Amino acid sequence: MTRRVGVIRFPGTNCEFDTVDAVRVLGGEAEILWHGDSSLKNVEAIVIPGGFAHGDYLRCGAIARFSPVMEAVASFAREGGPVLGICNGFQVLTEAGLLPGALQKNVGMKFLCSMQQVEFVSTQNVLGKGSAAGDRLQIPINHFEGNYVCSPEILSRLETQEQIVLRYTDNPNGSMKDIAGVCNESGNVVGMMPHPERATSALMGSSDGAALLKSFLST
Amino acid sequence: MSAAPEDASVHRALGLSDEEYQQIHNLLGRHPNHLELAMYSVMWSEHCSYKSSKVHLKRLPTEAPWVLVGPGENAGVIDVGDGIAVAIRIESHNHPSAIEPYQGAATGVGGILRDIFTMGARPIAVMDPLRFGPLDDPRSRWIAEGVISGVSGYGNSVGVPTVGGEIVFDETYKGNPLVNVLAMGVLPSERLVLGQASGTGNLAILLGAATGRDGIGGVSVLASAGFDENSEDTDKRPSVQVGDPFEEKRLLEACLELLEEGLVSGIQDLGGAGITCATSETASRGGAGMDVDVSAIHSREEGMEPFELMTSESQERMLAIVEPQHLERVLQISAQWEITASVIGRVTGNGQLRVLDGFEGEVLAELPASTLHDDAPEYNRPMSPPGDLAARRLSDASQGPVNCVEDLLALVCDPSWVYSQYDHQLFLNTVVGPGNDGTLLRLRHPSTGEETGRGLALSTDGNHRWCYVDPRQGTQMVVAEAVMNIACVGADPLAVVNCLNFGNPEHPEVMWQLSEAVDGMSEACIAFNAPVVGGNVSLYNETNSVDIAPTPVIGVLGMHPNLTEPPPGIGLPADSLLLVLGQEPGSDVSMGGSRWAWEVGGCKDGVLPEFNLHEAVRTASFVADSVQKQKLKAVHDIGEGGLAVALAEMAISSGIGAKLNNCDNHISMFNESGGRVLVAVENGDLDDFLETAVAKGVAAKVIGQTGGLSLEFGPTVEISLDDLIAASQNELPEALGQGTVSA
Repeated sequence: MTRRVGVIRFPGTNCEFDTVDAVRVLGGEAEILWHGDSSLKNVEAIVIPGGFAHGDYLRCGAIARFSPVMEAVASFAREGGPVLGICNGFQVLTEAGLLPGALQKNVGMKFLCSMQQVEFVSTQNVLGKGSAAGDRLQIPINHFEGNYVCSPEILSRLETQEQIVLRYTDNPNGSMKDIAGVCNESGNVVGMMPHPERATSALMGSSDGAALLKSFLST
Repeated sequence: MSAAPEDASVHRALGLSDEEYQQIHNLLGRHPNHLELAMYSVMWSEHCSYKSSKVHLKRLPTEAPWVLVGPGENAGVIDVGDGIAVAIRIESHNHPSAIEPYQGAATGVGGILRDIFTMGARPIAVMDPLRFGPLDDPRSRWIAEGVISGVSGYGNSVGVPTVGGEIVFDETYKGNPLVNVLAMGVLPSERLVLGQASGTGNLAILLGAATGRDGIGGVSVLASAGFDENSEDTDKRPSVQVGDPFEEKRLLEACLELLEEGLVSGIQDLGGAGITCATSETASRGGAGMDVDVSAIHSREEGMEPFELMTSESQERMLAIVEPQHLERVLQISAQWEITASVIGRVTGNGQLRVLDGFEGEVLAELPASTLHDDAPEYNRPMSPPGDLAARRLSDASQGPVNCVEDLLALVCDPSWVYSQYDHQLFLNTVVGPGNDGTLLRLRHPSTGEETGRGLALSTDGNHRWCYVDPRQGTQMVVAEAVMNIACVGADPLAVVNCLNFGNPEHPEVMWQLSEAVDGMSEACIAFNAPVVGGNVSLYNETNSVDIAPTPVIGVLGMHPNLTEPPPGIGLPADSLLLVLGQEPGSDVSMGGSRWAWEVGGCKDGVLPEFNLHEAVRTASFVADSVQKQKLKAVHDIGEGGLAVALAEMAISSGIGAKLNNCDNHISMFNESGGRVLVAVENGDLDDFLETAVAKGVAAKVIGQTGGLSLEFGPTVEISLDDLIAASQNELPEALGQGTVSA
């Protein structure tokens, strides 16, 4: 379990150092990849971390999808490489068409930073190794646009193909079906709004996020 | 250079008095031209020059072996060991926020972050003490909602967590909210950079946003005058700057890279007074001069006048002093972060600040750089206590309609609606976040990320009621409360910063309040061995000539020496004993300055309860030590609202109640006698705990035990937790959460 993880940094990204720290604490290697480079430097997994890529101007993730590095990420994902988008990274992956659906503003029309309980719905993905459906985790959220939405057709596909990864037990933002995270059909690309890297130490209030990242590092 | 004298209305409109104009004339030996006059007017404004407060601020203690940089630089810097230094500063953005709440608060956050990374530190924490008019006033709700959104919108996006603060609503802030912002950063000690320019021929590079017409005269026209209903304050809107957190984020990362690579010899942020301030300050600190080419300034629009370019307060700009051989690398890093960089100045050896149209072009202004700072006027304004002070002190503040249950329900308020809008966890340091006494952050090395096993604590506190009744003792109590708050998370104080929010300095009673507050702060800081390393003075907080109640806000930085377990927190445990630490007030204790007296009893006068600073020092030290040694099951500072509000907050936090022996009267419940802390201790630990307290000279008394689903203060007062939780949680969402009326 010494997977080399590339953590992508756009101008405006702010969780890149936290993600690198969390990966290292869990025994992985991590390096930061600049959005303007088109090489992934032979890393074995990719995290698109949280933050405000390009200021979230226009629409979250809408400008980031055009960064040179995203073409490489798309090829990497098509070849089955593990990709995790956290928060803003999830938004970028939906804008890039690597995950279905979209994230719109929270129903309360406010930014929300708080601890949330989430539950595994499907473990057939790069975050699920070692966990079981129904497992409950305490992981914080930190977003304004976390309200997951998709067409009825996509929603029914997500349900039948086990693409809903995590759901909130107490929906904070209005997401359809309480969705907190989804994956692509093959389960190698996952996006989630909660921040697993913020739940990797009891000193910070929860270490439940470590299970997800450990799975990501070992699959 | 020569200039014809202008009409006196010109310098007056710029905020300069006739005497100040004469002084400028004497310094230059001639009449200043319009550009020079504009430059003096911003630099000699109250906001930039501290001309009314300087004489008093000199009385504050500022030195200790661990202080690397004290007041006067962009931020105070403390050595915290392991090769790590901490930069800290607090500032106000009161006047802009009154007019344009979202942008006022947003640019307040942006401005203070630049003060921190100017020192070479990465900002890792923001605290926001906020004060607004009452919630039943629509305009105050609009301001509160806008300010909170502005802190959230800018702070979250720029990537610095907002880890604590305060929120206070009171009539005194109805026309004039207080928006203070504290920021803290960490840096490797060896990277400390000061804002100075030296080395003739070095280049001054303007980095970041283009200079526009926003914020012209912000420090003089806006921040150094009061508000009144008759003038159209909306006319002042162009004096408020507009913030762009994404620009700031890129600027921050670019500047930290420049500093990391050792490419700059001095760096200075552009805040109040813009390029005039940054160029003259760096030059005069370095004992140098500077030529500034206005035509090289990248501007937002065509046709800007030199005085506009020199005094604009456009946000997200920095001035770096760079040796010519580093220019190319500086431009490369700027380009990578999509930051515009222009060489706008050259360091000279003659001490003159010259403004030119092209480096070889026409000289538009020429003045000795140091005169903008060192020769700024200094006033010892008349001061006197309010004429009715003696009469006010005779009032009995304990009178009024008493209903202990309803009074307590009215005084509890859960601030989580506010802080859940702020990212308070970024950087994975937050061990204790907002909604508690103090904030506690893991201390890690800023370059290596290595854990030190220690923690940094922060608290910001103010209390206008105490300071209105008695500014000197009130400020002592505020400092003590801030220190007590960090003690509750296991930290001992290292340093203090302060934001002095006062009314019009031309009113003698305001100057008396300021002077008294400075003395009270000084006495308390000496007692706690916590030097003042920085501060900010905000005057002219008045509406229709009515001054706000004096509101010195204290920020304290502390150290937890051994952070292996989180502190116990405020939540009441089951089946434990409740104790009060600190001096026990008598049954005839004064209610003067208490929240109960102001908000329930309707009396703002009287005297404060007796306060013993040295007892508070011993109590704080004992609390910090007990938390570090994990002796406590719960701990909470007793502040505004007294014992009852503190206990209610503890019960609400965990959903566990308590039963007290003999406190079922409004004086025992709501008096605000200072220096007290509520703690919960396991039954079996009591004897040991009391013994240690006695040995340390700290008063400790068992007042009841925990458990149950209500708070029982005695036979006649019992309140269910359900009622308390509902009253506490609903207040802010109901007042502010449904969208607010634009005023």
